[in-house]
Amino acid sequence: MNILKLTEECFEREVLKADKPVLVDFYADWCGPCRMMSPIIDEIAEEKQDVIKVGKVNVDENQELAIKYDVSSIPTIMIFRNGIPVKTFIGVTDKTEILENL
Amino acid sequence: MYDVIIIGAGPAGVSASLYTQRANLKTLIIYYGKSSLQKAENIENYYGFEHGISGKDLYELGIRQAQNIGVEVKGQEVVNVEQLINEDARFRVTTVEGKYESKALIFAMGNEKNRPKIKGIERFEGKGVSYCAVCDGFFYRNKDVVVLGSGNYAISEVNELINVVKSVAILTNGESSPEFRADNVKIETKPIEEITGKDRVEEVRFKDGTTLKTSGVFVAQGVAGSLDLAKKLGVITKNNNIVVNENMETNMQGLYACGDCVGGLLQVSKAVGDGAKAGMEAIKFIRKIHNS
Ligand SMILES: Cc1cc2nc3c(=O)[nH]c(=O)nc-3n(C[C@H](O)[C@H](O)[C@H](O)COP(=O)(O)OP(=O)(O)OC[C@H]3O[C@@H](n4cnc5c(N)ncnc54)[C@H](O)[C@@H]3O)c2cc1C
Repeated sequence: MNILKLTEECFEREVLKADKPVLVDFYADWCGPCRMMSPIIDEIAEEKQDVIKVGKVNVDENQELAIKYDVSSIPTIMIFRNGIPVKTFIGVTDKTEILENL
Repeated sequence: MYDVIIIGAGPAGVSASLYTQRANLKTLIIYYGKSSLQKAENIENYYGFEHGISGKDLYELGIRQAQNIGVEVKGQEVVNVEQLINEDARFRVTTVEGKYESKALIFAMGNEKNRPKIKGIERFEGKGVSYCAVCDGFFYRNKDVVVLGSGNYAISEVNELINVVKSVAILTNGESSPEFRADNVKIETKPIEEITGKDRVEEVRFKDGTTLKTSGVFVAQGVAGSLDLAKKLGVITKNNNIVVNENMETNMQGLYACGDCVGGLLQVSKAVGDGAKAGMEAIKFIRKIHNS
């Protein structure tokens, strides 16, 4: 399982120019609900490793990204396709609901 | 510290407590505000009452039954719950009067939805409208926000925000002003017409035509419901219900939910059955942590 640690520096390369859909989890260490999202993200990354990329953005360290993508609640999970966020889930979200949208 | 805290004293919560208390687990029920049962005039489809029974009577009988077997019952409004990490207790429940800790927690809070019907609220969810101050306050540092509500839950949310944001105003939307005074918190009782903005919340428009600029609207109307508390913990919800498996387990270890707050058949019989399962699972969980 490979979960990318996404930063402002690598976001364009890893997410916007990716050749697969990318699932991005915006989180922070102090955020309790984010800890509940984390195992769900891990499972998806494991199951779907052939078809998607999965990465996490720490919003404390990457505030510009949070602002750019209008994240004002965490966890927020976004699916990027061809550089564009096509689906956003706000709050801890069921695995099946995310899988249905991949 | 309690073994089990149950929030809610309706059929689901009381039923769970009967199992946990009889398994010698130190059990606390906390309840506040109306149960659906109290609104049911006569229950004629529940087992064992030959002429039916009024919902109000059944509710009170249930609470007394729990008390009679030794369950501690407190009538206090819950305003917050937290998961504790690396401590003996795993949960902390905050009420208006105190804080209580437990190893397992059961949500049996019914399905009262306290979402205000104000134009714009749904449209701006996640774009300035928030249901959780601890989760989202961070994004409003140095910004002006409002809290929608007038009760203890609203005040609890204000206290979460006060040290993070630039300013907080309480908007009661026509309700009377809460007994709460803080230098930097304005209270506005005017009824609200609409929340407006382009892509994000920008202002609140009152029915009298006046407006208030704001970056965020934190919704905390009435008493905190099961969905509000679930959100604070990171418990999965779907279609306004808490998601549980067939054993009433949520996605958080040690946390169970039962009765109307998990959806399905909204009836006493189902709430009682759910409560029994949640109680049994909590017993298993606590035995497991004691033996490990
Ligand atoms: C008008 C009406 C008629 C009905 N008729 C029938 C019928 O004929 N037959 C039937 O089987 N069912 C009937 N029902 C449905 C039945 O009442 C519910 O299914 C049942 O009460 C659900 O039980 P519960 O324990 O899940 O929740 P509830 O009974 O709603 O209990 C919720 C508990 O949570 C507590 N609580 C909530 N929030 C907080 C908080 N923040 N802090 C502390 N405590 C909190 C409340 O005080 C309450 O004790 C009727 C319902 C209504 C509204």
